[in-house]
Amino acid sequence: MTLLRHLAAAIVVAVILVVLSIQLDSYRDFQMAEVAAYLTAVAGLTVLIGLSGQISIGNGAFMAIGAYAGALLLIHLNWPLELVFLASVVVAAAAGAVFGLAAARLRGPYLAGATLMLAVALPTLASQYAGVFGGDQGLSTSINTPAFLGPTFPPTRWLAWVTCASALITLVLLANLGRSRVGRSWRAVRDDEVAASLSGLNVARLQILAFVVSAACAGLGGALLAVVTGIVGPGAYTLTLSIALLTAAVIGGLGSLLGAVWGSLLLILVPTYLTNVAASHGLSGGASSSVPIAAYGVVLIAVMLAFPAGIQGGLRRLFGPAVPAAAAPINVLRRRRPGSEHQEEARHEKIT
Amino acid sequence: MQEFLEFTLGGIATGMIYAAIALSLVLIWRGTRVLNYSQGGMAMFTTYVAYVVIRHTGNYWLGFVLALAAGLVLGAVCERTVVRPTEGKAPLNSVIVTIGLLILIEGVAGIIYGGQYRSFPAAYSVTGLKIGNVSLGISPNDVFTAAAVLAAAGALALVFRYTAVGLRLRATAFNSGVARLLGVRIGRVLTLGWALAGLFGALAGVLVTPTTFLYPNSMDAIFVLGFTAAVIGGLDSPVGAVIGGVLLGLVLSYAGGYLGSQLVLIYGLVVLALVLMIRPSGLFSAATTRRV
Repeated sequence: MTLLRHLAAAIVVAVILVVLSIQLDSYRDFQMAEVAAYLTAVAGLTVLIGLSGQISIGNGAFMAIGAYAGALLLIHLNWPLELVFLASVVVAAAAGAVFGLAAARLRGPYLAGATLMLAVALPTLASQYAGVFGGDQGLSTSINTPAFLGPTFPPTRWLAWVTCASALITLVLLANLGRSRVGRSWRAVRDDEVAASLSGLNVARLQILAFVVSAACAGLGGALLAVVTGIVGPGAYTLTLSIALLTAAVIGGLGSLLGAVWGSLLLILVPTYLTNVAASHGLSGGASSSVPIAAYGVVLIAVMLAFPAGIQGGLRRLFGPAVPAAAAPINVLRRRRPGSEHQEEARHEKIT
Repeated sequence: MQEFLEFTLGGIATGMIYAAIALSLVLIWRGTRVLNYSQGGMAMFTTYVAYVVIRHTGNYWLGFVLALAAGLVLGAVCERTVVRPTEGKAPLNSVIVTIGLLILIEGVAGIIYGGQYRSFPAAYSVTGLKIGNVSLGISPNDVFTAAAVLAAAGALALVFRYTAVGLRLRATAFNSGVARLLGVRIGRVLTLGWALAGLFGALAGVLVTPTTFLYPNSMDAIFVLGFTAAVIGGLDSPVGAVIGGVLLGLVLSYAGGYLGSQLVLIYGLVVLALVLMIRPSGLFSAATTRRV
């Protein structure tokens, strides 16, 4: 039933998006494609954080892996687009699995630190192996609109269609996954690892799976972004990108796919707006491009302190029924007080 | 042999930088079980403070001292304003808040100072030292770096060991509940821990920036390596943090020297992954059982 409902909703949205893309001019179509590419990555991240309770600050790195894999396949092997996307997903998922295996034994702060390191370290590979990855210039990709659409069909509209279709498919799959046995198990692990493992759930495997799913989504998002922007360079996949993804997931409401939509929309529309406003108030180019970066910080802090359920949580409170327990924001989990944890651990060390 | 000596001494010198960052992380982690991801951003910002002061006054040491003071203040202010409210919430909240703090500080630095790379002066000469004809691979400034971090760590150890404040810090780290019952004002102690961490971060920033450049993201790479050092040391142990920093400095120096220095961050990532897989609680932490 759920599957059918999600599918029906996706089809309705797809029709609306097609109509919308025909109405909008080519710049708006381009932005639509960008939103869809980011949405794919943000959706995976919000599932990882909101459902499985793990955090990744390195999903920009998985986007880079997907983007480079996609670009290399397009340039050297000229694969058809759908195969390229599929391959990007597989490559990013494999990288996520390798990293997830190392990360599965880690608690929150360790995992966040390890993924942070991935985000900082990975772009250096692109500069080092410039022969393969094009160095700081990056790789440029180009795709053609298919012949059946006619020669005058605007390429940005085709890009918007491709990316929105991919994003919708991803959202439907994630929505179903979240409602499935796996999704319920993730919530159980998130809420209480010990209770979950006592109930027979394989905690480590579930956590790795969540990590792989989010990496796969990021990989697809990266490949989509590569196709949309036509260029893949290390400058686009910095730590700032990873934190931007996190910001989008947080502001939308962690664990909510609809929230990921709001977050991704804001991620594309607001920074351009802020940069323009700052520039029109006399800030220099370099300074005004830092305004959105500072804004990410303000949003992350303000939302986590004041509205941990994000936009979607607010909407749900305004329009929806009472929030069911399973969808409650993650801050119902209490951080163990420093003292109480120590009592449970057998600590034989001296106080230094 | 000559090369090996250079790499060893150079590794120890850079290792002290990682040790300073690691110490700042450990100071906060012990007290609050919060990992301060904004430490690198804070260190970058205080280095800008030093940069501005040095440019206007021409006095390196005034800039140096003011950067450390700015680190103290910045650490305390951050703890009081945005980190304190996450107490008692899920650990993810504090992770996200400190990440937000990092990107906020980097954004503000970008707005104030722009994104361009600036060179930052060193305290002493950066030309390599020699004994006779043998090059040591380190400069007088490297010696100063190592000495400054060791002196600061030593002072910290003395404060911990012999002062009433140090006793409160230790008591809070050991068991904050009991410490509170015994009359320690936990809130102040935690703020002090953050301030001290800010100081160590600022020290690392001022010491390392002559070898990199100063720009809003300049401390990102140093921070993740400092985090790796702290993990090697076990996050709970100040001594482990220093040893972890030196070990990491040595490993990266050998790897960079013999395999090529472009991929230092990747080597660091490999080291981190290995440590986390083999001994996630760090090489020097006391035997702790996984929570039941």
